Amino acid sequence: MRRTVELRDHQRELYVFQFRLTVAAIVVGVVFLVLFVRLFYLQVIQHDYYQLLAEQNRVNIVPVVPHRGVILDRNGVTLATNYAAYTLEITPSEVSDVDALIEQISELVEVTPKDLRRFRKMLDEEPDFSSIPIRTRLNDAEVAHFAVNRYRIPGAQINARLFRHYPNAEMASHVVGYIGRLSETDYKGLERQGRAFNYTKSDYIGKVGLEQFYEQELRGVTGYEHVETDANGHSIRTLRSILPVSGNNLLLAMDVRLQQIAEEAFGDYRGSLVAIEPETGGVLAFVSRPGFDSNLFVEGIDPAQWAAMNNSPDHPLNNRALQGVYPPGSTFKPFMALAGLELGKRTANYSISDPGYFMLGGRGHVFRDWKAGGHGIVDMHKAIVESCDTYFYELAQDLGIDMIHDFIAQFGLGERTGIDIAGEVSGLLPSREWKEQRFNQRWFVGDTISVGIGQGYNLVTPLQLASATAILANGGQVFRPHLVRHIQNAQTNELKTVEPFPVAQVPLQPRHLDLVREAMVDVTRPGGTAAWAGSGAKYAFAGKTGTAQVIGLKGQKYDEEAIDERHRDHALFIGFAPAEAPKIALAVLVENGGHGSSTAAPIARKVIDYYLLGVEPKPLAPRAAVVESEGD
Amino acid sequence: MINRILAYLGRHLDRQLMILVSILLVMGLLILFSASGASVERVAAQAGNIGVALAIMWLAANIPLHHLASVALPLYIVGLVLLVAVELVGLEVNGAQRWLDLGFARVQPSELMKIAVPMMLAWYFDRYEAVLRFSNFIVATILVVIPVLLIASQPDLGTSLLVAVAGFYVLFLAGLSMRLLIGTGVVGIAALPFLWSAMHDYQRQRVMTLLDPMQDPLGAGYHTIQSTIAMGSGGVLGKGWLNGTQSHLEFLPERSTDFIFAVFGEEFGLLGNLVLILLFMLVIGRGLIIAANAPTLFARLLAGGVSLTFFTYVFVNMGMVGGLLPVVGVPLPLISYGGTSLVTLLFGIGLLMSIRTHRRLVPT
Repeated sequence: MRRTVELRDHQRELYVFQFRLTVAAIVVGVVFLVLFVRLFYLQVIQHDYYQLLAEQNRVNIVPVVPHRGVILDRNGVTLATNYAAYTLEITPSEVSDVDALIEQISELVEVTPKDLRRFRKMLDEEPDFSSIPIRTRLNDAEVAHFAVNRYRIPGAQINARLFRHYPNAEMASHVVGYIGRLSETDYKGLERQGRAFNYTKSDYIGKVGLEQFYEQELRGVTGYEHVETDANGHSIRTLRSILPVSGNNLLLAMDVRLQQIAEEAFGDYRGSLVAIEPETGGVLAFVSRPGFDSNLFVEGIDPAQWAAMNNSPDHPLNNRALQGVYPPGSTFKPFMALAGLELGKRTANYSISDPGYFMLGGRGHVFRDWKAGGHGIVDMHKAIVESCDTYFYELAQDLGIDMIHDFIAQFGLGERTGIDIAGEVSGLLPSREWKEQRFNQRWFVGDTISVGIGQGYNLVTPLQLASATAILANGGQVFRPHLVRHIQNAQTNELKTVEPFPVAQVPLQPRHLDLVREAMVDVTRPGGTAAWAGSGAKYAFAGKTGTAQVIGLKGQKYDEEAIDERHRDHALFIGFAPAEAPKIALAVLVENGGHGSSTAAPIARKVIDYYLLGVEPKPLAPRAAVVESEGD
Repeated sequence: MINRILAYLGRHLDRQLMILVSILLVMGLLILFSASGASVERVAAQAGNIGVALAIMWLAANIPLHHLASVALPLYIVGLVLLVAVELVGLEVNGAQRWLDLGFARVQPSELMKIAVPMMLAWYFDRYEAVLRFSNFIVATILVVIPVLLIASQPDLGTSLLVAVAGFYVLFLAGLSMRLLIGTGVVGIAALPFLWSAMHDYQRQRVMTLLDPMQDPLGAGYHTIQSTIAMGSGGVLGKGWLNGTQSHLEFLPERSTDFIFAVFGEEFGLLGNLVLILLFMLVIGRGLIIAANAPTLFARLLAGGVSLTFFTYVFVNMGMVGGLLPVVGVPLPLISYGGTSLVTLLFGIGLLMSIRTHRRLVPT
């Protein structure tokens, strides 16, 4: 009995075992099927996706920054160039303790507090940067010293990079501008324009001046290297490379030596000078004083230096030629004279008797001439030569604001010239409509009178004034002023010329022009307001002085010596030469320079002397030796 | 003459298993050559490991069944003693205490338990062959749980799971009631929260990472991400031997040990994987056939347990590399570099051979 039970159990046991073994075998089969399905999913369905991920793992696309185009003056003098230098850079993502790393580095190469501040600023502002320089321009000894110890300092590496360099530092800095590291805003701007592909986030871009305006020409096209890289970031080999295309060179109309003479002529004065070639609109000199050293910005400016520049009362970062607005003062008078002649309100012989003031209407609102007692009998020639206010007060009244506005507007005052750097302001040529819009007030005749001598609401930029003078010089041809004369293809050296861009022609009668020009030549001759500056000129030097009030003095007599330096009048001068066939036209503004004759005109003389005669500037003859009339 | 010697030496070796195992071992050496960056040294070292393991397999194959049954209990006890010793005086490596320094060699007693536990259970059930009662299963469960807990506390989650699973297979094959099985399953699921709170941080992280590898792409998820990239980028035909970029450019971690399957999948593609899976299925299938035809309950249970444990190794490793299972330290049988697991696995294969070839020699 017992035995049968055991036997039965034994049978049952075997049956259970084999049943369960079968179940297990089925489970094994199902599990392997699941596994295979998973592998099929990964290797067939998702293959493309993982293929891409593997490629991204493996292939590092390294951008190769193109050689940025250089900027040269009309004689080939370099204003902006590149040089290769070693930088020591830290890759923050690979470093856990940046401070300790900098400590280690500073034991090997010098790290100044300025370097540190710049590094911190970049780290704070753009944490996305792949690597941030802690030291730039390492010399060979420093490079060697670091290289030997490199293995001890993971996360830091030496890179050879191209740096922008401005050999003339402060000179023409407002024209050339500078480049700086790409900011988030810059990058978004590039994305909007569809140009972001050409940049990496740690790239440089033109921020100001020509560097900014001609960014697309100067930049070139970024090349790429497809580098096979292992998991430790070591490059194995270059799979493919697309060479970068160098940026194009800019050849300017500017003459660097002329620019330098102009800048030096300002001495310690703040101000601006723009000189234009009347036949083309090419800008020969473009001064805004004080300037700044463009090189400071390239590697990221030190915050302290930045603050100092930004807060300086001299505003060195302001481009005065482009953005400074000033009343044109008496430099407005030649244009007024032309208006009077062209619009038939004046003839050459028409004369007035100047009592030293102009009375508006019968009620006796008095506008004073700068010369107490007046200029006597004054015709147009004398009015320009002696800068007679009374003559132009009356002329303004006869023309009326509408005529003045419409005629002068042809010379581009109160309007952007369209020069090839950004940031230009329009200034203001007042009109009836403008006043109604701006002040919701009708135009009074009294407003017109001040406008007639370049005061009142009038506001111009030195660039506009220079451009208007060039139009006067070339007989009415309006050109868009341009700094760049040629764009040179870096590959082929082929020159693309920036053709003079004629905007309009101001219809002017030659005899009217001759009258005004002759008077302007006499301005720089004995008896004229700029006789001192014009003394001994070996060419016909046409000019006009001007003064712009900084503060209104009500009833007080203006005493230059007694007044705070920054409240002194601005001195202005416009001129061109040689008068019969002008090669250069310019406008000079000296902030708080007092009278145009004493500070602005001599600067113009030095510039023209050099440009026409090649004469290096030397101090003018002592003032006392020349007979002249003071005033504007 | 030589043929006769070879025939004599090989009389207890199962021909089919021998062929399958040999193919897998050669494939392992080939892929190891690639995974190690063409390191002849590594391949030679592994060839040495294979030599030792094959010798142990031969020994196991030549042990008669009744002797095998008699060493089950002592082996289990020795294993337990060693596990306790590890707990007390073990070497700590990478935050886990798994090794025991015996002076002449370092051993990992948990490895021994992968064989000792199914063997012990098989022997235990064999003793009570005719009258398997509920209490037998309770005792058997305790026999499994003690070493599992000891190993889990080292901590070595992967191995403790493998040992538990090996024990479970024997219980299952021995006829553990289905009701109990389902009940245990329910209890097990209910116990998950408690298990979770008892886990080490790194263990929890592994589980979390499995659920979402992208959560920590450079940390815990790195292994899974890189291995699925390797696998997926291999495609149908693979990138070719020695051409896997994920492995050769060192993106794939532990590429010659636990993640060698990713190297294989990258270089040989889905087709290669299919061949590999089929070879493993044949080994397991052969093992199950041996179990089905085994003469005694001990032999049946042991053969079944060993075969299914082998299967678990394969599945857990492949599942881990394929991103189906968490990253646990389980090598791919016969392919991964390393001597310890190879010895254990070939010892198990040796046991299967012994069961197969001693069948007719033992009267029942």
